[in-house]
Amino acid sequence: MTTHDEQPVLKVEHLYKSFDERPVLVDVSLALHKGENLVILGRSGMGKSVLIKCIIGLIEPDEGTIYILGKNTTHLDHKALNEVRQKIGFSFQGSALYDSMTVRENLTFSLKRNLNIHDPQQLDAMVRDALRDVGLEHAIDQMPSELSGGMRKRIGIARCLILKPEIMLYDEPTAGLDPVTSSEINQLILEVKQKYHTSSIIITHDITCAKTTADRIIYMQDGRVYLEGTFEALDRKDDPQLETFFNYFKIQHQ
Amino acid sequence: MRVAHVYQFILRIFKETFSSPFETEETLNQCYLQGNRTLLLIGFTSFLAGIVFTRQSRPSLIEFGAESWLPSLVSIAIVRGLGPLITALICSGKLGSSMGAELSSMKVTEQIDAMEASGTNPFKYLVVTRVIATTVMVPVLVIYADAVALMGSYVAVHYYSQTTFKLFFTQAFQALSFLDIFSSIIKPVFFGFAIGVVSTYAGYNAPRATVGVGKSANRSVVISMVCVFIIDFLAVQIFGSLRP
Repeated sequence: MTTHDEQPVLKVEHLYKSFDERPVLVDVSLALHKGENLVILGRSGMGKSVLIKCIIGLIEPDEGTIYILGKNTTHLDHKALNEVRQKIGFSFQGSALYDSMTVRENLTFSLKRNLNIHDPQQLDAMVRDALRDVGLEHAIDQMPSELSGGMRKRIGIARCLILKPEIMLYDEPTAGLDPVTSSEINQLILEVKQKYHTSSIIITHDITCAKTTADRIIYMQDGRVYLEGTFEALDRKDDPQLETFFNYFKIQHQ
Repeated sequence: MRVAHVYQFILRIFKETFSSPFETEETLNQCYLQGNRTLLLIGFTSFLAGIVFTRQSRPSLIEFGAESWLPSLVSIAIVRGLGPLITALICSGKLGSSMGAELSSMKVTEQIDAMEASGTNPFKYLVVTRVIATTVMVPVLVIYADAVALMGSYVAVHYYSQTTFKLFFTQAFQALSFLDIFSSIIKPVFFGFAIGVVSTYAGYNAPRATVGVGKSANRSVVISMVCVFIIDFLAVQIFGSLRP
């Protein structure tokens, strides 16, 4: 468990977002503390992915404030926002690997542009280090189309890790994966936290992923923060909204 | 397409073209890919167009006893109109559809978002490089198309009239003015820019659904072709008024 004495590395205050008059996020506030894995749990369509995309600046919120590493990112210009983004790793639900590039090129893409590293030997060493951390060094010259779903997720995570992020955002890291691969990805999230000392937000509807990776869970319902606490604390709450999730977890582990 | 949005898109292209960092490697890569994708097709169609145009013009000139004017007529027609138009239409179809489909599928699969989220400027990498490449490559391909079409024409003239290579090309080039060559290079610059802007706009602003991939590929080709005809019409009026 993490202690929360320090300033949060990421803070969201009273965030609102609507699409065509349909509210998706309603007064969402949360804080991510240093070294913490915060899981945002909820059914599909409850605004979890919109929230994470507002945080990274891919979607502009209607109202509210987002502080990342002490900076209010809702009023930053594009250049300043990109500087903040370079300290954040975003693992996409569908991996979002650049399919016209090899795995190596996927990883060096941001290194060349963000860190201005062009020395082939240095790039090769950094790519191999990142791939070794996700257990896929052998896939270095493969194309994304040749990789399985789990491998693509790992490469997506490696592409973030190579920039040594301070914050990791995972969007549905286990969606569409078999239970064994899901379990491997959950372990990888824990390893990333330990090795890279990242603070992470993990968006998921997978209760096993939440149980394995979370220091703290926020349960979202209809675009609002509905409940907050540790897995055990939420399990103890006799809430009908959460019951289906926790029952599913219990059936899985019987 | 909303006019104000297109205007902002074009403005951003100019702004990002002249601001660092420059994506020189990717721009050269796009130039190579675009040339490589279209070279064979443009060569083949231009060669055939040269033969067909010569074959169809010859009987009329013979009727007026002016068969010797054939190289001059063909060279003017190819350099002023046929070469640039064939090249631009092929580029609209081949490059426009591939750019529209590629960018829109990148959008659907969140690859553009991934670039943005990593702190890279996807507009510069994906849009600006492609627009520069089409603007540079279409004129280059037009010069190539003109040369190949003239070769096709020479083959046809040689076959029917046993004209020598030297005589054919001497007559062909004597008929051309500086303005003809100039318009044949300047006009394709606008063709290339229009094809690049239309196709990247359609792809970059495609809806986030697989149906958007087909739509933007289709939109890229159709609107690019319409733009090519409009530019061609305007160029004919402008360069026509400059001729003595």
